Amino acid sequence: MELEKNMVVSEFLSKGSVLKQGAEARVYRDVFLGRSTIIKERFPKKYRHPLLDEKLTHRRTVQEVRSIQRCRRAGIHTPVVYFVDYTSHCIFLEDIVDSVTVRDHIAATRLRSLPCPTLEPLEPLAARVGRVLARMHDEDVVHGDLTTSNMLLRRSGDGEAELSLVLIDFGLSYISALPEDKGVDLYVLEKAFLSTHPNTEPLFQKLLESYAASSKKSSAVIKKLDEVRLRGRKRSMVG
Amino acid sequence: MTVVIGFEGSANKIGIGIIRDGEVLSNPRRTYITPPGHGFLPSETARHHRAVVLTVLQEALQQAGLTPADIDCVAYTKGPGMGAPLLTLALVARTVAQLWGRPLVGVNHCIGHVEMGRLITQAHNPTVLYVSGGNTQVIAYSERRYRIFGETIDIAVGNCLDRFARVIKISNDPSPGYNIEQMAKRGSRYIELPYTVKGMDVSFSGILSFIEEAANKMLASAECSAEDLCFSLQETLFSMLVEITERAMAHCGSQEVLIVGGVGCNLRLQEMMGVMCKERGAKLFATDERFCIDNGAMIAQAGWEMFRSGQVTELQDSWITQRYRTDEVEVTWRD
Repeated sequence: MELEKNMVVSEFLSKGSVLKQGAEARVYRDVFLGRSTIIKERFPKKYRHPLLDEKLTHRRTVQEVRSIQRCRRAGIHTPVVYFVDYTSHCIFLEDIVDSVTVRDHIAATRLRSLPCPTLEPLEPLAARVGRVLARMHDEDVVHGDLTTSNMLLRRSGDGEAELSLVLIDFGLSYISALPEDKGVDLYVLEKAFLSTHPNTEPLFQKLLESYAASSKKSSAVIKKLDEVRLRGRKRSMVG
Repeated sequence: MTVVIGFEGSANKIGIGIIRDGEVLSNPRRTYITPPGHGFLPSETARHHRAVVLTVLQEALQQAGLTPADIDCVAYTKGPGMGAPLLTLALVARTVAQLWGRPLVGVNHCIGHVEMGRLITQAHNPTVLYVSGGNTQVIAYSERRYRIFGETIDIAVGNCLDRFARVIKISNDPSPGYNIEQMAKRGSRYIELPYTVKGMDVSFSGILSFIEEAANKMLASAECSAEDLCFSLQETLFSMLVEITERAMAHCGSQEVLIVGGVGCNLRLQEMMGVMCKERGAKLFATDERFCIDNGAMIAQAGWEMFRSGQVTELQDSWITQRYRTDEVEVTWRD
């Protein structure tokens, strides 16, 4: 029976088109139950010991789905999980159509503001991201891979109505109440944000201010963020 | 023709090497080895270096068949590393530079590793995994800086291995990591250990505390052998390193990997990285223990690049520093 299930999923995948192969998983796009679907397949990593690989892959699949469900319950926009196959480690997710990554949006907005570059038009977005992340952390969900490529802006409803912010790619996420883990989550975003969008420190500052104002547990998290920032500089570097 | 001599002594290895336009003319080295169960302390390490530095300097010149007059530039490790040992070597470098009337160049130790790796392997523009007792970084060159894409948020992977070696009291000769590698070959049972990757960063203090405790318990109850622990530790640590390297490669769109640093000597790490590269159609570059492990020639090579692109360290700026980020240096010799 299990072998049959496996065959069905892999047969299904061979029909779809491979969108991309990241470090973590292979992503396909296909139609499932009449809807456009993204299928995320965590294929085995041959360089790992098989026991480690199985444990890690299973754990990450479970954590990803659990984190998405928890975010949705808190009212944060994420792709809907349609189906999970724990034998082949495949997650069938809603395909977020008609959207743009926050990364591309920031880049395009900055380009448009030339010849007089200004970050002002992006401040509301930064504040919104801060609020959404605060809500996520208050739910004790740590994303684990926060970058501006993992946030989408989608048209909600008709016309030019407000774009909704959708968080995607929960592949490294997990549940944790520790300010340390949330601080590191923000640190990962800060590093990714500033290296992808150079000279946007004030924008990220706005994001953090909005986060601090919206989250009930923010002061401990921001304190940890400050500590983690210093770690790279204070660590003993012998050898 | 430019001849550069490099002085390295940031940890327990002291090496002095001479490079002439990409050719390694000499590269003698000594290692301060402590008894099993003990690590090396700054003052004792500096004492060791002081005792041998002039002998090693003579060897470097003799093996290269050169005299001080043939040297164009004196390079030394400015940092990062241990204070007292760094100071010992810097003192000698400053003295000979003044005696011989040659300019000084202060080199970043991490960049020394990278430049040596590039020279020996001729890798074009690789994602670099720099792993040693003191450092664990994933580095990629971009716009005149060696940028750190991922790193350890606490201890270095080599430090984790060295400290585990002390717990199970294996020999530090020739190095604790080497002996763990040999024992791991005789291990077969995989024991589950904490696996901590956070985005592009890694954390090793958790796995270290776990295995330090587990070692005492499991070895006492003969649940597994020390060889099994060595095996499991390597498999877990190296998987984490391969994962963050792969992540950086995917992010940068890179098709080359270069492993440098003492832990880069480990053949199992090279093997695992090779498997990952093969699956992505990428190429793996690695060097042997002559250049993986801290040595003087790597400082000479980085110094050669810096000197030729116009960088010189004035005497008043020739201090040493224990903390020196790889991305602090302006890479004027690449475009």
